[in-house]
Amino acid sequence: MPASLRELRQRRKSVAATQKITRAMELIAASRIIKAQRAAQAGEPFITELIRAVSAVATYSRDPHPLTHGVPKVRRAAMLVITSDRGMNGAYSANAIKTAARLRERLEREGVEVVRYAVGRKGIAYMKFRKLAIRRSWEGFSDAPTFQHAEDIADALIDDFLRPYEEGGVDAIYGVYTRMNSMINQEVRARRLLPLEIVEGVHEPSEGELLPLYEFEPDPETVLDTLLPMYVRSRVWFYLLQSSASQLASQQRAMKSATDNAKQLIERLTREANQARQAEITQEISEIVGGASALADAAAQD
Amino acid sequence: MAEGERLFVDVVAADRRVWEGEAISVIARTTEGDIGIMANHEPLLAVLVPCAAEILTADGKREVLAVDGGFISVADNRVSILSQYGRLAHEILVEEAERERRAAWKRMNEGDNTEATRQHFNRAHAQLAAAKKAQQAQAS
Repeated sequence: MPASLRELRQRRKSVAATQKITRAMELIAASRIIKAQRAAQAGEPFITELIRAVSAVATYSRDPHPLTHGVPKVRRAAMLVITSDRGMNGAYSANAIKTAARLRERLEREGVEVVRYAVGRKGIAYMKFRKLAIRRSWEGFSDAPTFQHAEDIADALIDDFLRPYEEGGVDAIYGVYTRMNSMINQEVRARRLLPLEIVEGVHEPSEGELLPLYEFEPDPETVLDTLLPMYVRSRVWFYLLQSSASQLASQQRAMKSATDNAKQLIERLTREANQARQAEITQEISEIVGGASALADAAAQD
Repeated sequence: MAEGERLFVDVVAADRRVWEGEAISVIARTTEGDIGIMANHEPLLAVLVPCAAEILTADGKREVLAVDGGFISVADNRVSILSQYGRLAHEILVEEAERERRAAWKRMNEGDNTEATRQHFNRAHAQLAAAKKAQQAQAS
């Protein structure tokens, strides 16, 4: 049963207005994603160099350092979850939250207490709504983070890492972020930040191979002490950059499909409206014809 | 040093690559004091203090850059300087650095002795030193 013509036209108009908004948001995301990707690329040399240096020290210095070796049994772990500040980006935040929940379950099965650190209003709202304790949270920069933000977050994490367990410190740090593989493929990842899990880019020295003997100034321990906070900062920075690029990419995709859906809806509503209009006209005509023939019949009988 | 051997130098800040290219020597200040690096230097990893580092480039020019700590690593004639807020001397706005240094100094005098403020001061100080050094280099 076709709805009234006026109602259909009204609905079409409102869908068209929504389409304009989603289209605008799609375009905004598309233009900002280039900037976010460029920032992610610009930050890469720093991270590569740091990883190279950290792996050099970690491999060549024999002294165990709290940041590289950690405690034998992890009792409490920090979990940093990066989500977005606003919606309109499909399942981006939901995916990160889901992965974080899985990580937490796994850790808790192993008897590890999990302390939450949240970045982005969506994640904070999710945890607050479920009355989950958050130790620290940051918001307001999910689509354009700066190094200063990464520094704040990393320093808070390192502070807790260096504090003894009895005073609320953590034994390990995990990060959940969304990696930007390409414009159409983003993947949520959960990684251990500290203690160092895998040392990337360094192959195990084989028997009898000569290693470059690094000279440390002033000594390996001090070098590690300065290196590792920088490493954590750069990692957090990397997570933020990747997440912001992913966020914009999934926003663009979500908004594109919203615009497409609106277009289909408008087409359908237009067709229905035309049909309703046509039906109205047909009915009117048949009424007139019916009326006229009734009059003619009446006249003929006279 | 064998003639014609060059160092490959890479200076990176947190958000970008500041400078890269071939160089004859690099001078920077570590926690132990100034250090000069030429080709075939032994592998080294050293902690830097805020300073004005110098690179003598392969084409005979001198690049001065402000470093706010970080570290330098040398291996296989490859030198990388990592500094979170590293900058080239000619990119530095002297007035701005001066203003930042004064602001940080004032905060420190008012009893604010946090890590962040000290870092702020050191960064501005290193930038000013680098700018001055670059000017001297040009004048001479």
